[in-house]
Amino acid sequence: MHTLMSLTTPAVVTAVEDVVAPVAWDGARHAAWLVVVPLVSAAVLLLLGRRADRWGHWLGVLASAASFVVALVLFLGLLGQPAEQRVHDVSFGTWVDAGALTLDAGLRVDPLSLTFVLLVTFVGTLIHVYSVAYMEHDVDRRRFFAYLNLFVAAMLLLVLADSYLLLFVGWEGVGLASYLLIGFWNHNTAYAVAAKKAFVANRVGDVGLIVAMGLMFAAFGGLDFATVHAGVAGADTGVLTLIGLALLLAACGKSAQFPLQSWLGDAMAGPTPVSALIHAATMVTAGVYLIVRSGEVYAAAPTAQLVVAVVGAITLLFGAIVGCAKDDIKKALAASTMSQIGYMVLAAGLGPIGYAFAIFHLVTHGFFKAGMFLGAGSVMHGMDDQVDMRRFGGLGRYMKITYVTFMAGWLAILGVFPFAGFWSKDKIIEAAFVPVDGEPWRAWVFGGIALLGAGITAFYMSRLFFLTFEGQKRWSAKRDGSAQHPHESPLLMTVPMVVLAVGSVGLGWFLSSAGFVEWLEPSVGHAEHHEPVLPVPVIVGATLAVVLVGLVLAWRMYAVSTVPVAPPRGTVLTRAARQDLYQDVVNDAALVDPGRYLTRSLVYGDKAVVDGAVTGLGKVTVGVGDAVRRVQTGYARSYAASTVVGLVVLTVVVLAVRG
Amino acid sequence: MTLTHYLVLAAILFAIGATTVLLRRNAIIVFMGVELMLNSTNLLLVTFARMHGDLTGQVLAFFVMVVAAAEVVVGLGIIVSIFRTRRSASVDDVNLLKS
Repeated sequence: MHTLMSLTTPAVVTAVEDVVAPVAWDGARHAAWLVVVPLVSAAVLLLLGRRADRWGHWLGVLASAASFVVALVLFLGLLGQPAEQRVHDVSFGTWVDAGALTLDAGLRVDPLSLTFVLLVTFVGTLIHVYSVAYMEHDVDRRRFFAYLNLFVAAMLLLVLADSYLLLFVGWEGVGLASYLLIGFWNHNTAYAVAAKKAFVANRVGDVGLIVAMGLMFAAFGGLDFATVHAGVAGADTGVLTLIGLALLLAACGKSAQFPLQSWLGDAMAGPTPVSALIHAATMVTAGVYLIVRSGEVYAAAPTAQLVVAVVGAITLLFGAIVGCAKDDIKKALAASTMSQIGYMVLAAGLGPIGYAFAIFHLVTHGFFKAGMFLGAGSVMHGMDDQVDMRRFGGLGRYMKITYVTFMAGWLAILGVFPFAGFWSKDKIIEAAFVPVDGEPWRAWVFGGIALLGAGITAFYMSRLFFLTFEGQKRWSAKRDGSAQHPHESPLLMTVPMVVLAVGSVGLGWFLSSAGFVEWLEPSVGHAEHHEPVLPVPVIVGATLAVVLVGLVLAWRMYAVSTVPVAPPRGTVLTRAARQDLYQDVVNDAALVDPGRYLTRSLVYGDKAVVDGAVTGLGKVTVGVGDAVRRVQTGYARSYAASTVVGLVVLTVVVLAVRG
Repeated sequence: MTLTHYLVLAAILFAIGATTVLLRRNAIIVFMGVELMLNSTNLLLVTFARMHGDLTGQVLAFFVMVVAAAEVVVGLGIIVSIFRTRRSASVDDVNLLKS
C-alpha cells in the first residue's frame, strides 16, 4: 500500500522543474484545446442554424478529428517523459473563490485521463464519420452533429478535470448531451419519455456526486484530486466509506449499474451512432472512471470497495440474464453493455489489482461494442429500420462487411483467443479469483459469478449473432409493403466498422504486449502480484469451456433449429427478463408512485389550506358586504329611523353608564 | 311654570316632529316635522338661557332660526325641482342612491 501511495503522488508541473529533470514538459497546457475545439464547433453549429446545414456535419467530424490529433500529440509528449513524471496538473486560474473553498479550473493530464481522451476522440471520430452517412436523410443532421460535438467536449472535460467540481461540470454536460440525443427524434412520444427517464435516473446518481463533494469539502477542505488524495491518510474511515458509497451511487446512475440501470434499455431510442458512442463506448463508462480515479478513497474504505464489487457482480449477471431474452437487437446490446460495465465495476471493486484491468476492458469494450452497435445500425439501415432479431436471419450472405466486422466484435466479447476480450475480460475473471486480504470466500463468489457471466455472455451474444446473420430468412415486408432487399451500407459506414473490427481483433494483444498495465501505473498505482485461488491455466480453461458451452447452446437453439417469428411464451425467467427483471415495476412501486402521491397530496394541501385561507378571506368579505348592502334601502325615512334609534340607544347607554 | 313644564313641552314637540319625519311620506310635511324639532330645541335653549340669566342660549336660538330659514330655502328648492322632474313629492320615490 505504501508503494502505491508514493507512486501515485501527483507531480505538479511546477514541482518537477528541478535540476535533475531533463526538460520540463509543458505540453499539458494544450489539453484545453481538446475541450475547446468541439465546444466551439457545437456552438457554431447551433448558432448558425439552418445556414450550416450543407457543411455542418463535416465541421463536426473535423472538430472531433482535431481533438484526436491534439490527444495524439499529448500522448506522444507524455510517452517521452519518465514514468514518474507522467502526472501533470495544469491550472487555468482561479475558478471558485468562496470563503473556505478556493478552487482552480485545472486539467490533469496523466496516463488514465489520456487513455480516455484517446478512446473518446478516436472512437468518437469514427462514429462521427459513420453518422454522416447514417443520418444522411435526416433533416436535422446538423443539430445531431452539434450535440455529438457537445458530448465529446463534455466527456473530455469530465476525464481531464483535476477536481471533482470540474469533473461534475463535464458529468452534467454528458448527461445533457445524452438526454438531447436519446430524445433526438422527440416527435415520437415514447422516445421523449425514454430521454426523460434517462435524465431523471442520472440525476439520482448526481445527488450521490454532490453529496460526495460536500463530504470531501467537509473532511479535506478541498475538491481537487491532489487535496483529496493528500487528505485520505488522516481521515476517518466512516467518512471515507460514506464518500465511497456516494461516489458509487453517482457511478451507478451514469454507468447504468444496479439499482439505477433501468434507463439504459430505453436509451436505445436514440439514433444508433448515439447508442454506440454514448451508451456503449464512452459515457456509460464514466462511472468506472470515477471509481478508478477515486482509488485512494476506496483503498482506505474497504467496506465501500466491497459494495462496489457486489454492485458490479449483481449487474453483470443482471444484464446478462436480460440480454438472453431481448428480441430487439439494440436492447440486447444495451443489456450486454450493462453486463460488461458490471465486469469493469467488479474489477474496480477488487482494488488496485483490478483498476488496470477495468480500464483495459473499458478500452477494448469501447472498440468491440461500438463496432457491434455500428453493425446493428448497418443492419437496420439495410433492413428498413427493423430491430426485431426474429425478423432477421441469414443476413450474413447479403451484408458481407457488416457480417465480418460484427463477427470480430462477437468473438472479442466472447473472449476467444486472440481477440480483444480474451486479454481484458479473462484478466478480470482471473483477478476476481484472487483472494483479497486473505478472505478466500470473496474470491470464490466473485470469481464464480464472473465465470458464470462469461458463459451467459457467450450464450446471448451468440444468440444475437446467429439470429441476425445465420439461419433461415424470417424477413417481414418493408413498411411500404414491398419486399426486403438487404444491402451493404455505404463506405462511410463500413470503413469505421472495419477500423473498429481491427481493434476488436488486435487491440487486446497489442495493448497487452505494449505494457498497457504499466502505462497506467502512475495513475492507478502498482499492484503486487497475487496468486488466485485456482491455478491460472485452470481459470483460462474453465472460461473457455463455459464460453464454448454457451456458444454451442446458442448454435443449437438459434442457428440450426427453426426460430419462431412470434416470441414463444417462455419460462418464468424468460418472461421476467423480457420485462428487465421487473426493474421498472419495482421502481414504479417503490419510487415513482409514492412520489406521485406525495406531489398530489401536496397540491391538494396547497389548494385546500393555503389557497383556502386566501380565497376564504375574500369570500367572507364579499358575504359581509352583501349582507350589509341590504341595509342601504334608499328610503330616506329608514335612514332617519336608524339615526333616531341609534340616538335613543346611545342616550340610554350614556345614562345607564353614568347611573 | 317650573322648568319641568318647559322640558316636557319641548320633548313632546320634538317627539311629534320626529314622528312626523319618520312616518309621513310627503316631503313638505317631513319638512314641517324637521322645523318642529328645531323649534323644540329653540324652546330648550331659551328656557335654559332664562334660567341661568345668561343670553348665550337666546343668541344660539337666533342662529338656529337663521340656519333653519336658509335650510328651508334650499330644501324647498330641492323639493320643487324634484316635484318638477318626477311629478311626486313623496320621499320614498327618491331612492336613486340605493345600490
